Amino acid sequence: MAEIQSYTMNFGPQHPAAHGVLRLILEMEGEVIRNADPHIGLLHRATEKLAESKPYSQSIGYMDRLDYVSMMCNEHSYVMAIEKLLGVVPPIRAQYIRVMFDEITRILNHLMWLGAHGLDIGAMTIFLYCFREREDLMDCYEAVSGTRMHATYYRPGGVYRDLPDEMPKYQESKFRSKKDLARLNAARQGSLLDFIEAFTDKFPGCVDEYETLLTDNRIWKQRTVNIGVVSPERAAQLGFSGPMLRGSGVEWDLRKKQPYEVYDQIDFDIPVGVHGDCYDRYLVRVEEMRQSNRIIRQCIDWLRANAGPVMSDDRKIVAPPRVEMKDDMESLIHHFKLFTEGYCVPAGEVYAAIEHPKGEFGIYMISDGANKPFRVKIRAPGFAHLSAMSEMVVGHMLADVVAVIGTQDIVFGEVDR
Amino acid sequence: MSNLVPGFIVDIWDWLPASVQYVTIVTWKILYVTVGVILAVAYSTYFERRVIGSMQGRIGPNRVGPFGLLQPFADVLKLLIKEVIIPSKSNRFLFIIAPLLSLTPALAAWAVIPLNDTFVIADINAGLLYVLALTSVGVYGVILAGWASNSKYAFLGAMRSAAQIVAYEIAMGFALVGVLMAAGSLNLGDIVDAQAGGVSHWFIVPLLPLFFVFWISGLAETNRAPFDVAEGESEIVAGFHVEYSGVAFAIFFLAEYANMVLISALTAIFFLGGWASPFESWTFLEDVQVLGWLVHGGFGWLFAKICFFMYTFFWLRATFPRYRYDQIMRLGWKVFIPVTIIWIFVEGAMAWMHVGPWSGLAN
Repeated sequence: MAEIQSYTMNFGPQHPAAHGVLRLILEMEGEVIRNADPHIGLLHRATEKLAESKPYSQSIGYMDRLDYVSMMCNEHSYVMAIEKLLGVVPPIRAQYIRVMFDEITRILNHLMWLGAHGLDIGAMTIFLYCFREREDLMDCYEAVSGTRMHATYYRPGGVYRDLPDEMPKYQESKFRSKKDLARLNAARQGSLLDFIEAFTDKFPGCVDEYETLLTDNRIWKQRTVNIGVVSPERAAQLGFSGPMLRGSGVEWDLRKKQPYEVYDQIDFDIPVGVHGDCYDRYLVRVEEMRQSNRIIRQCIDWLRANAGPVMSDDRKIVAPPRVEMKDDMESLIHHFKLFTEGYCVPAGEVYAAIEHPKGEFGIYMISDGANKPFRVKIRAPGFAHLSAMSEMVVGHMLADVVAVIGTQDIVFGEVDR
Repeated sequence: MSNLVPGFIVDIWDWLPASVQYVTIVTWKILYVTVGVILAVAYSTYFERRVIGSMQGRIGPNRVGPFGLLQPFADVLKLLIKEVIIPSKSNRFLFIIAPLLSLTPALAAWAVIPLNDTFVIADINAGLLYVLALTSVGVYGVILAGWASNSKYAFLGAMRSAAQIVAYEIAMGFALVGVLMAAGSLNLGDIVDAQAGGVSHWFIVPLLPLFFVFWISGLAETNRAPFDVAEGESEIVAGFHVEYSGVAFAIFFLAEYANMVLISALTAIFFLGGWASPFESWTFLEDVQVLGWLVHGGFGWLFAKICFFMYTFFWLRATFPRYRYDQIMRLGWKVFIPVTIIWIFVEGAMAWMHVGPWSGLAN
């Protein structure tokens, strides 16, 4: 009798569950996976090299495009690395704004993850519910930076500008009735902070809604419990971070362990899992959304009470306001210098890491004293997670591969860079 | 009525031999039902998109025609004018015949479905067996499509579908044994007649577990969410019909929805009294001016029940994640089949001892 051999299957890069351009070579016996070999590089854009060929401030926009579902967090790490080299500390109000937008970004990312994970496992409705709330957060991005995704809002020395006093409103059009317009603009009458506050009021209810759909759903539990189990020791060995590590029960969060900005003054909890399976990681991320909501509330209260500058006034690295430029020769020169050759950063090397929604996102930067970085290395959490793909899916079935891709929260912008 | 038709046509009709008359009438009936089913399929796609749309906080099709009512026809037109791509390494004959193999049984099964107390194309006594046979034949289309495509994704979908149908066909068959015991007949019209007398006489009351098993097996049989592993959008892309496009794809689509309508109709007939009115026993309504019609059975009631079950189909799709393939098998073999077997014994024992709602069942 002929021996039955396992066969290989090409999963992706064009596949609805490939989260972009993941290509997996699966060795299978029937439906059971014997080996999974992820192939990456299909979205490689040479971000690190590009960053090394441009003045420091011109690469912030590239960072948005790394993990394109948590834009401002990527910027944060890059900007923090420059600030560490320069020895600049942003004003306290800017730090609060950064923390608030980091957490908004975390919710944005986790909503995207929840929607995609649900869709992978076949729950269609959750995806649209998540996108409904994402829309409001995208509007916050837009109000503060002018774009809905690639904000370039964090700058070395602070943030680009203060929070607007007025929210942009929906305009009248023939496709929108008066009633719809009033409903859409109801939360937009006040400032951005009012809008975010209204969002934080309703958001825990929205999370409850997602949880009614999934948390106690028997099918959801059958599909996620005991799938892709990673022990705490193994998770640490594999270089996991973020919810992937916490889902395995390791209480590790850079916001607590090495606080940056004003995280040490903010009250929040770190959820950890017990079993290290897909279901625990799901619970961890859902709880993180609730904690982010809490952090945003605290930031709103602080920002309401404390006005102040949002940008350092060191004119050697921060462009002067346009009004000053008009009648001050020195300001004009600063402006010219900053927008042509940028600024030189003292020689040295630095590693700046933040707790990105997906894990530890770090920038390792070497400066040789020029106006461009000598070397930029991006430590993307997704890369380490994807490396463990084979280990997590072996012995499971084809449908579980999809669940594991979902639980790893892979985004190819950062894996391929 | 007869004076509406010109005299010479009546004469020609009378002149025709009885066999030709019979064939003509049956052909008209078949056309009537087929067009009806295809229209129902077209509008159930529209219905589905609107229902799921409203559940997901979006609008659904509303641009083609008033309220988007012409959307199904626009979709059909689009699919008709698209190219049917036949993969070069496929088995051409089987590839083309597979969609037809899945559509034909779905339509043919309607032959024995009584739409009201008089209208049925073939009033055969083995109606229930015929239905069971045809619903099982439908899976050949899926298996052949998966095999003929010569694609691993399609093949996986076909294998999943084959295993799934075997498991659920048994549960479905056992559930129908219960109905058969209760009605004492295999004729679908007789089964409906056996449920006469209002809601309390419907088989859903004595056979509630069998109703659920039949309904969920029907869901699995039609490859609908949460049992859509044969399609498995996010795992095996589109499963057995991954290589199909244009009309060939449209026929699979048609078959899937025709099966859904069929399963809904069967569930209504077996467990909810088919075309019988739920208010049959409220004879006092007959004297009330406007509500008198509620007492009488008719196609309207069957239609309403089908719509209700279709709605549940869509509702489940919007709510549940997809089962994994082995979990479906576990549910079929380890839960449904034991439940049906046990309930058949319970039903038999209860009917024999004349207990509660079981006492009226045929012995």
